[in-house]
Amino acid sequence: MDSMTLNKPVQAAVTQPVKVSARDVKVYYGAKRALHGVNVDIYQNEVLAMIGPSGCGKSTFLRTLNRMNDTIDICRVEGKILLDGEDIYDPKLDVVQLRARVGMVFQKPNPFPKSIYENVIYGPKLHGLATRKDEFDAIVETSLKRAGLWNEVKDRLHEPGTGLSGGQQQRLCIARAVAVSPEVILMDEPCSALDPIATAHIEELIDELRESFTIAIVTHNMQQAARVSQRTAFFHLGDLVEVGDTEEIFTNPRDERTQGYITGRYG
Amino acid sequence: MSPTEHTVKSFEAELQRLSNLIAQMGGVVEAQVEAAVQAVGRRDVEGATKVMQGDVRLDEFERQIEHDAIRMLALRAPVGVDLREVLAALKISADLERTGDYAANIAKRSIALAQLPVMRPAGTIPRMGRLVQEMLKDVLDAYIDRDVEKAVAAWHRDEELDDLYTSLFREVLTYMMEDPRNITPCTHLLFIAKNLERAGDHATNIAETVHFLVRGQPLTAERPKGDKSSFTIIEPVEGEG
Amino acid sequence: MTEIAEPMPTAMPVSLHTGDAATKRLKARYAAERRFRLYGILAILFACSMLVILLSTLLKEGTSAFFQTEVKLAVTIDAGTIDPQGTGNPAEWDRGAFQTLVTDALYKAFPDVTGRTEKRDLRGLVSPVAGVRLGQMLDKNPALVGQTIEVWLPASDGINQIVKGGIDRDLPEIERPINDKQLAWFDSLQQRGDVKSAFNTTFFTASDSNYPELAGLLGAAVGTLLTMLVTLAISLPIGVAAAVYLEEFAPKNRFTEIIEVNINNLAAVPSIVFGLLGLAVFLNFFGMPRSAPLVGGLVLGLLVLPTIIIASRAALKAVPPSIREAALGMGASRLQTVMHHVLPLAMPGIMTGTIIGMAHAVGETAPLLMIGMNAFVTSAPDSLLASSSVLPVQIFIWADKPERGFVELTSAAILVLLAFLILMNGAAIWLRKKFERRW
Repeated sequence: MDSMTLNKPVQAAVTQPVKVSARDVKVYYGAKRALHGVNVDIYQNEVLAMIGPSGCGKSTFLRTLNRMNDTIDICRVEGKILLDGEDIYDPKLDVVQLRARVGMVFQKPNPFPKSIYENVIYGPKLHGLATRKDEFDAIVETSLKRAGLWNEVKDRLHEPGTGLSGGQQQRLCIARAVAVSPEVILMDEPCSALDPIATAHIEELIDELRESFTIAIVTHNMQQAARVSQRTAFFHLGDLVEVGDTEEIFTNPRDERTQGYITGRYG
Repeated sequence: MSPTEHTVKSFEAELQRLSNLIAQMGGVVEAQVEAAVQAVGRRDVEGATKVMQGDVRLDEFERQIEHDAIRMLALRAPVGVDLREVLAALKISADLERTGDYAANIAKRSIALAQLPVMRPAGTIPRMGRLVQEMLKDVLDAYIDRDVEKAVAAWHRDEELDDLYTSLFREVLTYMMEDPRNITPCTHLLFIAKNLERAGDHATNIAETVHFLVRGQPLTAERPKGDKSSFTIIEPVEGEG
Repeated sequence: MTEIAEPMPTAMPVSLHTGDAATKRLKARYAAERRFRLYGILAILFACSMLVILLSTLLKEGTSAFFQTEVKLAVTIDAGTIDPQGTGNPAEWDRGAFQTLVTDALYKAFPDVTGRTEKRDLRGLVSPVAGVRLGQMLDKNPALVGQTIEVWLPASDGINQIVKGGIDRDLPEIERPINDKQLAWFDSLQQRGDVKSAFNTTFFTASDSNYPELAGLLGAAVGTLLTMLVTLAISLPIGVAAAVYLEEFAPKNRFTEIIEVNINNLAAVPSIVFGLLGLAVFLNFFGMPRSAPLVGGLVLGLLVLPTIIIASRAALKAVPPSIREAALGMGASRLQTVMHHVLPLAMPGIMTGTIIGMAHAVGETAPLLMIGMNAFVTSAPDSLLASSSVLPVQIFIWADKPERGFVELTSAAILVLLAFLILMNGAAIWLRKKFERRW
């Protein structure tokens, strides 16, 4: 669509290098096409929010970025997704390595039913990033500190992670994702199951994490998109309708569908 | 502008109500300006008093609009065109309130003028008043119809108003230099003219707001370069001369 | 008051949910609810009463089997009788001679009994296999040879039943196995204090026998244990592997759908069919020995396989997909996801399913009859290929025997089987609790 031409000037304004670049990404579930050719760049140390009505393809797109869609048999991806210029759908590229580089946080807090400590070290252990106990200890501490959870759980690291509150669980999941030092973090509606205070914690955290990571977040809460992101992409019926500076999208969207959606006039 | 209605009907109704309040307030301001200018021309003390009393209503309007707008900002968290709508209402109501104040001030001065001899430059005042009224009417129509063309046209007419003001300014200065006894009525006349000129500026503000409301961008981007200096530079030059 | 009360009957009630009609609806609803609860309670009471009847019958019939009447006799261990060759080696003893020693002791206890028929009646007081008990005693303590010792020996089945009340002694003489003379002798023994009721250790230490006072469950219990070990070893790994593959790895297509339907159908196949399969495949084709715990275990393993697969799949399905996503999102492979997270979480469910399947197998009789596990085996099996019996088949065999003593043994064996099942179910609950706490 004309969304490509629309977002050109905005892209030029960003000085950060491109981290992830999607080119004409089409996703099929069996015979049904869920995404009709998405073009978008995600810049380094930027939070890109993806908004849109349910079933618009924003989660689908997010999941193509670390190939989580591979787990669905009938799902097929066309087009190119470049991470630092490398095609992540290249058959030579290892999915395990990709998912170490592109971490993910899910809608429902889903800590493993193990201790907090084991939750955090699971990734590093899996990827062989550490071997000695003191290395693991260090990873646990820095990861939990980064996720803003250290002070709350440092005395009960060996208690089950599922015993934490919802917001703490989600931060534990973020700590778990951060523990493998990914380059990109994908978040799929990370606050939809949380209360406003816990949500505020996560939002603050996202802003802090932006300094070290590139973040793509899917959210149904437009105010959240407005608060945490630098740029916002609006998806509608499998199309990327508009992508641009968040400020621009929320004061003066170019496309009428974006306008209708964000102001609540969506038919 | 929007293709469909709000899913939340009460939001739509609140926005409509806000818009209506602005339209009503605008009508009142137009009438106030007209009555004040008439009071000057006809030396009508009674009419002038009415205008002064009428200003209270405008204050009420402004309070009401401000209250509604704040409420919507807090409860509806409007974005996009809705956000601009609410912001525009706030700004326009402030401009209108200020214009109303000028009208009241003109009425007040008309009472003083009525007790003084008639000055010839007073003939320019009704012309300026008409111009201001037209501008006000046009920008308010533009607001109601979300008509950017009309707003921009009205906005350009401010130059004409400035020219009238500049010539009146020169004339009045000459009269004051001729005879010190003219100073009192001339000063009043000068302030009346200045009030009208300021009212015109507020009308252009409203035009700019309408532009922002509809297009989402400030009008300054389209403004011809020479225009901006025209009314700021004249005053000091004339003051020195 | 009157103003309000007057228009009420004709006018619409203020609300649809108050007023007479509404009250009536509400009442009807509550009544229906109460009725339903009553049916439920009645159903539970019925089930409970059936259970109580079953258990009380079994206990009434069975508990007496745990006790046995014994008679004290002064037996002279004559070396010449039991060891005619004089080797002194217990292995060379004449086993049949021990019974002679017992009858001799009996004749000595009642010296006034002389006639041939009377002597035969007198011999009917003690078990015809009491000599076996005596032999076992001497095997343990050969030094007793040549001495006269007082030993407690099992009474005959008839006496045993009279003492326990299984046979009414007031019946006409014709209708009971013990005649009046025998009763009189027994009473005199009792007066001498030479009769007691002892715990029936034989029941737990011996295997099948034609004499109820000598029959025990050991052989069947060991057979069951060995069979269950084979069953578990076969069905658990195969069942879990199949479930994991079907649930986590297999593509969803027509072929896997057919497999799924077949597994579900297999669970409903009558167990005797598995017995026929075992007969045809394991015995006839592979030539495995009949009556062996190995074959029984294989057959029962096949029988419980569908149950375990279905239960394991249900347990795997119950693991929230968010856990899989979390692991995959961390970069775990599918196998790692299953091994690290899904399987441990599904373990309590798999265990429960497995143990319920095993409990099912423990009670299974029909398929084992097909592979000859109803053979008469008088010793406990010492290997997986030895002939053996199992608890339910033993019950089946005993239930067929005419002797009164086997009736109580049957009930007692059922009680033991029930205890076995309760133990297994208890283990299931314990394991589930343990693993649930861990995760």
